[in-house]
Amino acid sequence: MKVVSKETISPEVEPIDPAAVKQELLRKVPTKVARKRAKQIVINSLAENQDVPEIGANTRTIPGIITQRGCTYAGCKGVVLGPTRDIVNITHGPIGCGFYSWLTRRNQTRAQEPAGENFMTYCFSTDMQEEDIVFGGEKKLRAAIQEAYDLFKPKAISVFSTCPVGLIGDDVHSVTREMKEQLGINVFAFSCEGYKGVSQSAGHHIANNGLFTHIVGLDDTVQEGKYKINLLGEYNIGGDAFEIDRILKDCGITLVATFSGNSSYDQFANSHTADLNTIMCHRSINYVAEMMETKFGIPWIKINFIGAEASAKTLRKIANYFEDPELIERVEEVIAREMPEVIKVRDEIRARCQGKLAMLFVGGSRAHHYQELFAEIGMKTISAGYEFAHRDDYEGRHVLPNLKVDADSRNIEELEVHPDPERYRPRKSAEDLARMQENGFRFKDYDGMMREMAAGTLVIDDISQYETERLLEIYKPAIFCAGIKEKFAVQKSGIPMKQLHSYDSGGPYAGFKGAINFYREIDRMVNSQIWTYLKAPWQENPELAAKYACD
Amino acid sequence: MLLRHTPKEINPRKALTINPAKTCQPIGAMYAALGIHSCLPHSHGSQGCCAYHRSTLTRHYKEPVMAATSSFTEGASVFGGQANLVQAIDNIFTIYDPDVIAVHTTCLSETIGDDIPQIARKAEADGKIPSGKFVIHVNTPSYVGTHVTGFANMTKAMVDYFAKSTGTRANRINIIPGYVEPSDMEEIKRIAEMMGVPIVLFPDTSNVLNRPQTGKYEMFPKGGVTVEALMSTGDSMATIGLGRMASSPAARALDTKCKVPCEILDLPIGFKATDRFVDTLRKTAAINVPDALNEERGRLLDIVTDMHQYFYGRKVALAGDADQLIALTEFLVSIDMWPVHIVTGTAGKDFEARIREITRNVPHPVNVSAPADMFLLHQWIKNEPVDLLIGNTYLKYIARDEDIPLVRFGFPILDRVGHSYFPTVGYRGGMRLLEKILDALMDRQDRDAPEESFELVM
Repeated sequence: MKVVSKETISPEVEPIDPAAVKQELLRKVPTKVARKRAKQIVINSLAENQDVPEIGANTRTIPGIITQRGCTYAGCKGVVLGPTRDIVNITHGPIGCGFYSWLTRRNQTRAQEPAGENFMTYCFSTDMQEEDIVFGGEKKLRAAIQEAYDLFKPKAISVFSTCPVGLIGDDVHSVTREMKEQLGINVFAFSCEGYKGVSQSAGHHIANNGLFTHIVGLDDTVQEGKYKINLLGEYNIGGDAFEIDRILKDCGITLVATFSGNSSYDQFANSHTADLNTIMCHRSINYVAEMMETKFGIPWIKINFIGAEASAKTLRKIANYFEDPELIERVEEVIAREMPEVIKVRDEIRARCQGKLAMLFVGGSRAHHYQELFAEIGMKTISAGYEFAHRDDYEGRHVLPNLKVDADSRNIEELEVHPDPERYRPRKSAEDLARMQENGFRFKDYDGMMREMAAGTLVIDDISQYETERLLEIYKPAIFCAGIKEKFAVQKSGIPMKQLHSYDSGGPYAGFKGAINFYREIDRMVNSQIWTYLKAPWQENPELAAKYACD
Repeated sequence: MLLRHTPKEINPRKALTINPAKTCQPIGAMYAALGIHSCLPHSHGSQGCCAYHRSTLTRHYKEPVMAATSSFTEGASVFGGQANLVQAIDNIFTIYDPDVIAVHTTCLSETIGDDIPQIARKAEADGKIPSGKFVIHVNTPSYVGTHVTGFANMTKAMVDYFAKSTGTRANRINIIPGYVEPSDMEEIKRIAEMMGVPIVLFPDTSNVLNRPQTGKYEMFPKGGVTVEALMSTGDSMATIGLGRMASSPAARALDTKCKVPCEILDLPIGFKATDRFVDTLRKTAAINVPDALNEERGRLLDIVTDMHQYFYGRKVALAGDADQLIALTEFLVSIDMWPVHIVTGTAGKDFEARIREITRNVPHPVNVSAPADMFLLHQWIKNEPVDLLIGNTYLKYIARDEDIPLVRFGFPILDRVGHSYFPTVGYRGGMRLLEKILDALMDRQDRDAPEESFELVM
């Protein structure tokens, strides 16, 4: 089939038929697998009513396909609870799970100096041995919690179940309940065994439930501040949260809690006192927002601080929510102050990046959000997909009522939440909400990734290693974005690869300064000379000159 | 302070491991399987295990690490993973076409008791294993042993599945390199080649996990021991297993299965252990040691004699795998350094006894504990400070808090390059280790020296 030649990488110059690409991706796989994958590989199109095609997502991973997905434990302990510094997180299981999730995600945190609590540099595990599997691990877990308490006297201890814990039936919740009583601190557990659900997404949901059940709402202290918000689904990879904090502070917006970048236990406990929930990563955290709205009356909106324009849009949206001219003006001042430098760098770099192709296969929101940054420097996203997102993250939340709940999702508990008899306080009256919506303000809505992607682009859910390799061969993109497991296979094919889980060693990429960092990083990667050295001179020109040959 | 909650006062812990000096079996099995040519490791369990192992190995090597998973769901966990594994085998051979699928289990599949050979037979009966292709397996419950145990078990599986004895002895020696880096495996092969001894080295991750940038990605690169070579191990004259924990199960299995006699040695780190390795190779193959190798030995020794004043009496704290620590401790003691705190995550009275034996003439009390963790190591250091830390990347937190230089050694190294290219085994590997130790100590001296005693010539 037709492939992009080395010289031309713009699809306008040499169009590639996405249907042929899809065929190529499915050609080699067994029929049954091809049938399933065909639903997860979609050629994007936009109907007049803005509808996009249906995509298969949040379904079981096909064994042996070489997926990049992780597990429920990773989603719960690693992603959502990992970035909180002052909870002692004990992994209940054999040593591996705790070891692999120890400091590897680049979540930054700023504990108070010199003595503020920070346990993120530590790995705590019950290191279950064979006898614990045979005779049960509850006794060891209880002892481990006691030892952690004796050593650190933390304000909270949480426990994360790994695969064997669920199988042998350790009742982690009754152990933590007992210990909570006994120690007088908050102790709670997550049943986040790796085999639950179909990806790390199930772990996010379980983490959300646990945070909501055990911490949110414990502290009713109302902080000072005129415009109080929570930031949900922001994990402070590479310092993103610090840049967002800076911008919000400059706007006079008070951040009550972040779930969970640079976060602390007390922030979660107090988060229900905020007046607005703003969601960055819809996939990993929308459950908490939904539950807080029901219980406490806090509306939520989808926002995005990835991309300078997106950041400006987000600030305006927050300001509009509060309907306060003072804030609206302040936000405009901040945007006006920040944008000139952004535009200067962006325009300079766009000249070198215009028309180049990007592919993004990552996460539950990043594959969408980062398209903004690429677009700002003129790069086109030719193909993208999520690792663990659901259909609403692709197609928009309007599909939610029609989503079929399969057996794997049904295993994840849906909490039944009711308005809090004392503390439920609608932040906006029904009339206000109706009026604002009429004026175009959108609450609890997310359009998903596909509506913002061009027609004819390929959207691929849970992309396999094989599909990745074919895509690289066919499109030869200027850059491929994914995670550590894909990183070096992509680079060994001569294509620069940017990690968008951990950012490699970079960041922040959020906000205005983050956008500048990202433009520069992509410029470095796609315009570097290093990729021209792949062939040695004698490989380029193998013919031999005879003049030095001996007689 | 990064580890601000670590108290100086040591209270014994029974249940809580903090900052482990080990990880679980399956990752070691995956690493060993990558040392078979055209082999795709397969993790039979939840997909998170596979993702974690691939990620950790990738961060350590900065190389592609491919492996597949059975992607258990709750249903598979209840009813068994047979359907998952059979489908995985079909998909892997159809799509990726390796010569070998090396299945290892996880705590999940072990707890439910999946019978891998039975599932593989089912896959074969269903026609999912093309002729000439292999599915091998090993049981690697994560709640037993460590990553080194997993490596040892997968290496033994290579013997169990492939080694054959035809009745004709070949003029060849098997070497099992232990849980070492691709660069180390390369160096062991180089030494054998210098000595003119034909060997089969297995597993062999060189040219798999340290391959060149060519602009062309190959899922199954040139490196790795071939199935053919593995089959031939049953006819070799002898086996040398390097590192007791990592290599003795496979070496002994070869002895039992094919009557190939084996010798288990320490990892050849430092000149004494390398001397024993070279001497064993010399005697087994009945050859003379070439001058070129004697010269390498002499150069290593030359660094020691030239720079002895910088080594003498320096206190060192070590964390890592038992096999590495035994050889490394011996090396340090042999150059008059004082290894005073030593922890490994591996259980073992033998280890403690061996370390006591090696350090019996060190004129300083020596703390050694197995199994133990880096939290304890840090507490020991707070009570008895050291001049140098040697171990994996996680030690950098202690290094920074306590302001102690760190030499990165072992697994995993997540923040530096070099280990996959430059060996620490053999005489040349010893030279590299000494260079790193000297750089660390002398940079520190330069940093801390008062102006009047800042040295130009050192």
